[in-house]
Amino acid sequence: MTVRVLLFASYADALGGPEVLLDLPAGARVSDVRARVRSLANGKRVPERPLVAVNQRYASDDQVVSASDEVAIIPPVAGG
Amino acid sequence: MRTAVVFRPIDTAALFAEVSDTRHGATVLFVGTVRDVNDGEPVTGLDYSAYGAMAERELRTIVEEALVRWPAADVVMEHRVGALALGDVSVAIAAAHPHRDEAFEAARYVIEELKKRAPIWKREHYASGRAEWVEQTTREKSGAGARP
Repeated sequence: MTVRVLLFASYADALGGPEVLLDLPAGARVSDVRARVRSLANGKRVPERPLVAVNQRYASDDQVVSASDEVAIIPPVAGG
Repeated sequence: MRTAVVFRPIDTAALFAEVSDTRHGATVLFVGTVRDVNDGEPVTGLDYSAYGAMAERELRTIVEEALVRWPAADVVMEHRVGALALGDVSVAIAAAHPHRDEAFEAARYVIEELKKRAPIWKREHYASGRAEWVEQTTREKSGAGARP
């Protein structure tokens, strides 16, 4: 399945754009998304365990993702 | 209650007026502004960006949590994104309550949770010409605040 992953701020800069499309096996989890993102060119500029949101909510490592999910890697936030 | 991520200047007086009600004896207006220095380095301006839909959702959740804790309160807040100059208002929270302790506490809760949880980022522009995404300040590293 193809999963669209949104990138922001320093992670978008590191990976060259605001989103990446990942080919992942069915049943892939948040931890798999992280690992795949880090395997991309410059992916090691993303830390090992960044926060991940699925459908605009912070997600746990073992949450399963599907092709229709909106997945996002969340850099350390700095609002306010 | 109302929350918003906005691309225009924040009208703090309008937020104050929005929670105005004769049942409230206290209103706390917290206003965050762009500071001219960070970690000792002169700053000339900031760009804020947000994961818009999630930021809207998270801000609403935070204010809803505040209203559960302080049911008699009314809270409105706006966070600005885009290019901001020194002194510009980046965030404003108006928290009103019949009593001052709760008004202060509700405003404090909302800004602290926003800083921990809202998917909003800022890139600082320095006098040297360099620009960097802010990931953690010295104050936060020292325990004055922390990411989730």
